[in-house]
Amino acid sequence: MIGKDREREDPEVGGAGMADIAFLLLIFFLLVTTIDVDTGIGLQLPPAPDENQEPPPIKTRNMMKILVNSAGQVMMGTGETQPTPITQVKQKLKDFVTNRGQDPSLSDSPDKAIVSIKTQRETPYKVYINMLDEVMGAYAELRNQASQQQFGVPYGQLDDNSEEKQTVQDTYPKKISIAEPNQ
Amino acid sequence: MGHFEKKSAKTSQDVPTSAMPDVVFMLLIFFMVTTVLREVTLQVQVDFTQAENIEKIEQKRLVSYIYVGPEKLSGNKLGATKIQIDDSIIEDVSAVRQLMYDKLREEPRLIVSLRVHDEAEFGKVTDIQQELREAGTLRINYSTKQEQPGG
Repeated sequence: MIGKDREREDPEVGGAGMADIAFLLLIFFLLVTTIDVDTGIGLQLPPAPDENQEPPPIKTRNMMKILVNSAGQVMMGTGETQPTPITQVKQKLKDFVTNRGQDPSLSDSPDKAIVSIKTQRETPYKVYINMLDEVMGAYAELRNQASQQQFGVPYGQLDDNSEEKQTVQDTYPKKISIAEPNQ
Repeated sequence: MGHFEKKSAKTSQDVPTSAMPDVVFMLLIFFMVTTVLREVTLQVQVDFTQAENIEKIEQKRLVSYIYVGPEKLSGNKLGATKIQIDDSIIEDVSAVRQLMYDKLREEPRLIVSLRVHDEAEFGKVTDIQQELREAGTLRINYSTKQEQPGG
């Protein structure tokens, strides 16, 4: 009798409810997912200073000093720094990098050109980012130019880790140093 | 006319739904894999600065965030500028070094994303940068939003 009852029972598990459960989970993950991409200005910090080692000597003409002071003014120049409107930072930097030894007060060659950034404690963060944006913009434009000239495509279209990209990067290496803060 | 009606009447009107769970599961797995569940609750106010020449961070898993901004107090008031890492406010800047060093040991390709309030002063960031240099986490990223043209 009992065995007969068992035989009548449907041995299959209902699969129709599975879709509902999956939908529920799907909606949950849809809601919690944030697809937005992080964007920002990337920078490589210099390693911690070694006390036993003197910094290598750099010719003044090869070092563009950019100082953002506490009032939010940008001072830049190779020898003496002069107040510069933030809109001119990009042009001045491009002149400096692409000088190739012509003007004795500007850099010898693009791969020797170094940008040194100095700030003060009261420097507004916004001004600093605007300045850094201009510096990155200058290098982006130069690399784009070099890429167009040599390969006929914009810099952004070169493949990552490709030889072409490396060549352009070597033409205009981004040498940005952060000056030691005053104590 | 009648001929056409007859033909359509014979065809089954049902869309086969038996493959639906498979499709849904596939979507589900996609979202499960892409979701980063852990988001911190911000205890400091951070309004992003805007910039034009920005780059994307593709690998979110490498990123560790440091938030700098005025502390959120009760009643929509803002306090002094503080540093927040993960879920806690760091009172002493020198604690950043140990925290970041531990994170770097877990993930050698660590990128530190600095999310700084746009009206903050740079001195705090300088302190953090000095600590990061000591810790050896040299890849940093100043988090900014894309500047709108003309804005």
